[in-house]
Amino acid sequence: MRKALYFNRTRKRTNVFNIFLLIFLSFFTILSFFPFYYLVIISFASYSDINKQLLYIIPTSIDLTAYKLLLLSTDVIRGGLISIGITVFGTLFSLFVTASAAYALSKKYLPGRKLILNFIVFTMFFTGGLIPYYLTIRSLNLVNNLLVMIFPLAINTFYFIIMKTYFLNIPVSVEESAKIDGANDLYIFFRIVIPISLPIIATISLFYAVDRWNEWYIAMLFLNKQELQPLQIVLRNLIVNMENSTGGGVGKAIAASRKPVFTQGVKMAVVVITCVPILLVYPFLQKYFTKGIMLGSIKE
Amino acid sequence: MNTRVIHGKVSVLQQRKSNSIWEQVLKYRYLYLMLLPAIVFYIIFYYFPIYGITLAFQDFSYKEGILGSPFVGLANFKGVFNDPDFWRVTANTVVISFWKLVIGFPAPIITALLLNEISRERTKRFFQTVFTFPHFVSWVVVSAMMFNLLSDSGVVNQLFVVLGLEKMNFLTNASTFRPMLYITDVWKDAGWNTIIYLAAVAGINSELYEASDIDGANRWQRLIHITWPGIRSTAAILLILAAGNVMNAGFDQILNLYNGAVMDKADIIDTYVFRRSILLGSDWGSSTAIGLFKSVINFVLLFGVNGLIRVIGEEGIF
Repeated sequence: MRKALYFNRTRKRTNVFNIFLLIFLSFFTILSFFPFYYLVIISFASYSDINKQLLYIIPTSIDLTAYKLLLLSTDVIRGGLISIGITVFGTLFSLFVTASAAYALSKKYLPGRKLILNFIVFTMFFTGGLIPYYLTIRSLNLVNNLLVMIFPLAINTFYFIIMKTYFLNIPVSVEESAKIDGANDLYIFFRIVIPISLPIIATISLFYAVDRWNEWYIAMLFLNKQELQPLQIVLRNLIVNMENSTGGGVGKAIAASRKPVFTQGVKMAVVVITCVPILLVYPFLQKYFTKGIMLGSIKE
Repeated sequence: MNTRVIHGKVSVLQQRKSNSIWEQVLKYRYLYLMLLPAIVFYIIFYYFPIYGITLAFQDFSYKEGILGSPFVGLANFKGVFNDPDFWRVTANTVVISFWKLVIGFPAPIITALLLNEISRERTKRFFQTVFTFPHFVSWVVVSAMMFNLLSDSGVVNQLFVVLGLEKMNFLTNASTFRPMLYITDVWKDAGWNTIIYLAAVAGINSELYEASDIDGANRWQRLIHITWPGIRSTAAILLILAAGNVMNAGFDQILNLYNGAVMDKADIIDTYVFRRSILLGSDWGSSTAIGLFKSVINFVLLFGVNGLIRVIGEEGIF
């Protein structure tokens, strides 16, 4: 009897706790989600709509002016194409370099393995700093060269370690039986290991692709010519450098349209375009945040 | 004759040894070949710049390059340490990093513990999906969204007007800029960092929870005696990594959000170095010296906190 009462009481308290928990987390969900929602509705809004309402959080009409303008803006289209190119080639190149190194270093019997691993991991904790890096890239003639978005970003050491950990867990028998059949390491890697490692290859490709698409730092440092700038820089020029917002291609398109344009809407339309590819791959990305993959990687 | 024999022996041994290294390389030639691009990559893009730190001790000129510029000893460091701007940006860096750590470090732990209390897997997954997404957009996009929300005609100021408050410009106001940095930092990355803790929670033996149920433990007791001990070592590792980053207070974020009005509060070492060297194209030597100062402090903090953590009884990363 007393025991039953005790259970009853805890259950009641638990329910109250659950409700508070859900309310609390829902509040944070709204906070996480709202900035995205708001940028989308602003990109479809017209200035008069926003002024009509005291609090513009429910769209009253859909205005496509901003998007129509962007179709005419050479900057945005060129930037988008450059970003796509960098994402495709950069991801392929990074994946190739990272996976092959990770495979080689997953072989515990490889002479010098420990030394090379330390040589790589050291760079996670100590770097030369911005200026020597900048001068190195300059001396390699990579300034205003789109390859600067590919070569200097070839390996993300963190992703390299994740891949290496994955390859370490492939049963040794796979390699041994192939070797008995006379296969060499290259054959084993490309024909046997890659096909059975598709989950990790997909994961790391997605991470690399998102990173390449989002890369603006290297582009800001080294791609000064307007015709080489990826979408992130086009967006940055439009938003962060206010003085450029009327000077670039988007500004010209606004001027050419000869009617009052809600500039904030145009800016947000560019943001939407920048986010759409990420949104498209996100469900796949999310599928692969598998348990332990991140942490298991920090330590060997 | 005696020496001859010894000579002969030595040379045979040497030959054998070098032969065996050569044999090894030959034996594993494909593996080394696969490693080659990575090694070239790290030498060029990491170790050349590390060698380039010698700039910190030179009076660098473009014409002479790193190899030809004259050495000036510690003159660059003297100049830097006598520069009040340097101390201002260093103080900003440390303060911003400190508060980011205080606010941003527990945030994912708390989120993970709360999510862990949800029993329905689908609900948990839904929250996780929403919280993680902002990690995957760049700071350029985040800053654009923040300007949008916080602008004069943005929804936050509309709300202020509805509530009868004065409109405010959060990003050009020296007293609100730093809190905005902390908020946007948590907004963007707390959800992502939660994943690591959730993975650690998932690794806890479920028998422990079952046993605690039988013993009649409440949520709080379970949290203190099972869940927290289960994720403590993860927290320790992440704390060590965060300590190694104290002198980077978030260049990507600040460069995209700051402006002239908040420079005094917002300028950190990285933005300062970027402006004075890359934008103005001068002061290469002293900017490298600042970079070295920063790297060394980060490195020392990394090992220092690692040591401390090990003293407490947790495993470090080294």
